[in-house]
Amino acid sequence: MASTIRVRATSSGETTEVQALIQHPMDSGFVKDAKGEVIPPHFIQELTFEYNGKSVFVADWGAAVSKDPYVKFSFKGGKKGDDLKISWVDNKGATDTATAKIQ
Amino acid sequence: MRSVIHFASAALALAALAFTAVPSAVAADKPDPVADAKAFRIFFTQKFPKVKLEDFVNGPYSMNEDMHRQWEEKEQFPPYEFSLDMGKEMFSKPFKNGKSYADCFPNKGIGIRQNYPYFDAGEGKVVTLELALNRCREANGEPAFSYVKDEMAALTAYMAFTSRGKPFDIKIPDDPRALEAYQNGKRYFYTRRGQLNFSCATCHVQSPGERIRAEVLAPALGILNAMPIYRSEWSGMGTISRRFTTCNSQIRGVPLNPQDDEYRDLEYYLSYVSNGLPISGPGARP
Amino acid sequence: MTIIHDGFSATRRVILKGAGAVALVGLGNIPFSLAPAFAAANDKYPEDAFKAKSEADAIKSLYGKTAEPSDKVKLDAPEIAENGAVVPISVSTTLAEVTSISFLVSENPNALAASYKIPAGTMPSVANRLKMAKTSNVIAIVEAGGKLYSATKEVKVTVGGCGG
Repeated sequence: MASTIRVRATSSGETTEVQALIQHPMDSGFVKDAKGEVIPPHFIQELTFEYNGKSVFVADWGAAVSKDPYVKFSFKGGKKGDDLKISWVDNKGATDTATAKIQ
Repeated sequence: MRSVIHFASAALALAALAFTAVPSAVAADKPDPVADAKAFRIFFTQKFPKVKLEDFVNGPYSMNEDMHRQWEEKEQFPPYEFSLDMGKEMFSKPFKNGKSYADCFPNKGIGIRQNYPYFDAGEGKVVTLELALNRCREANGEPAFSYVKDEMAALTAYMAFTSRGKPFDIKIPDDPRALEAYQNGKRYFYTRRGQLNFSCATCHVQSPGERIRAEVLAPALGILNAMPIYRSEWSGMGTISRRFTTCNSQIRGVPLNPQDDEYRDLEYYLSYVSNGLPISGPGARP
Repeated sequence: MTIIHDGFSATRRVILKGAGAVALVGLGNIPFSLAPAFAAANDKYPEDAFKAKSEADAIKSLYGKTAEPSDKVKLDAPEIAENGAVVPISVSTTLAEVTSISFLVSENPNALAASYKIPAGTMPSVANRLKMAKTSNVIAIVEAGGKLYSATKEVKVTVGGCGG
């Protein structure tokens, strides 16, 4: 099964730009379904990025982050061909991890 | 909203002369799709002189700067990404009988979206891409998909993606039935319907770039080029079938069934008059 | 439903029904957010800050201090969101020693939308997509050199982002 994590990490020599798109409903707990019942909150709470065993970015998210969440950031360093590790945990304890090669 | 109605009725009186007169004029002469397409293109390029021809396919985003920026940001990693990936996977997976979609289409189904819909002389009707996909499935013992979203959207997203940049190349063969289908589509486009008594033209020819409540209206020129689309409003993907049926509902009309004759003919007309504009699908919309 | 001719009872019933509905949604949050895997391994997730209603409470919970507006914090957000469910918002800053960047939407049921930890070596700039329930101020908070700085922008929302 395909991972929920899509990453594009591009190195421009000095810095590496990272864009991530995660497949996740990010239900806020404020929306009702067709039957009028509240759809319970179901959203990613923490998303982490590691390079060379070191954390380069941590996202703490609430339910107000859009469905299929997106984030973009940059960090110094990172070489083409190196690995970038991405993991997330949601409020139900579910997780997913992916490793992307820096382009 | 009131000002929109006033504007619409004023523009309507004017347009009524231009447009409603056309079908009757055409009934007398032979339909001239080539002249229609040219006039259609001139109308929009003159109305929006600053918009490049190929940018008309971006719908409301070419009409409004603030929206354009939001769209550009989202296109960096677009919301239709997952559907597109799913479509690619689905397209290459064989049916239970060992055959695959590639066997149903010219060029194995790659880079052909811009040729749809086409007029099928044998059947005597217009065949759209969505219709062709379901027929392919049924011919190979697989159940048809719903026309409006999910799998159908994923498959058409992938096929559109393989044709990105290619100009619409819809053909109307020299066959009176093809011309009739084209005219039918055109007539549908300009006919008022629903409780709001709007035709497709009311919004997309008379008021592109204007707001109807909160939405900025897209111009009819190039309006199908970005299909299928991920709409923020749907929080998901939708096909041409989905958009036709929901547009009908939105003007408080009774929608037809996906792939009914009128919708097929409408798609034929709208695609033909956008010939030359690049396929940009899959797309994202508000 | 029996009709009570005593106006007070009817009101009380409505309030109790409403309170029940709210409590239910609140309860929905609790078991989920305290997933064991999380609380044990990493109690850095700012649970309380995300539950705070107002931006003042959220900022206080998250940082324990107040922010001063700064033109060195550049907040990029649309004038009118095309759709409240997906509003692209980004922030960048020329301030040095940035350790954290957060985004708040004042009119959302819970003001704090997202908070980012910026380790040394990571650029102080983040782009994300947030939900906005209605027209609201969007506030970007930057923690730099131990101090808090902010930038605010009003974003108009015509189609609410919470499923409306």
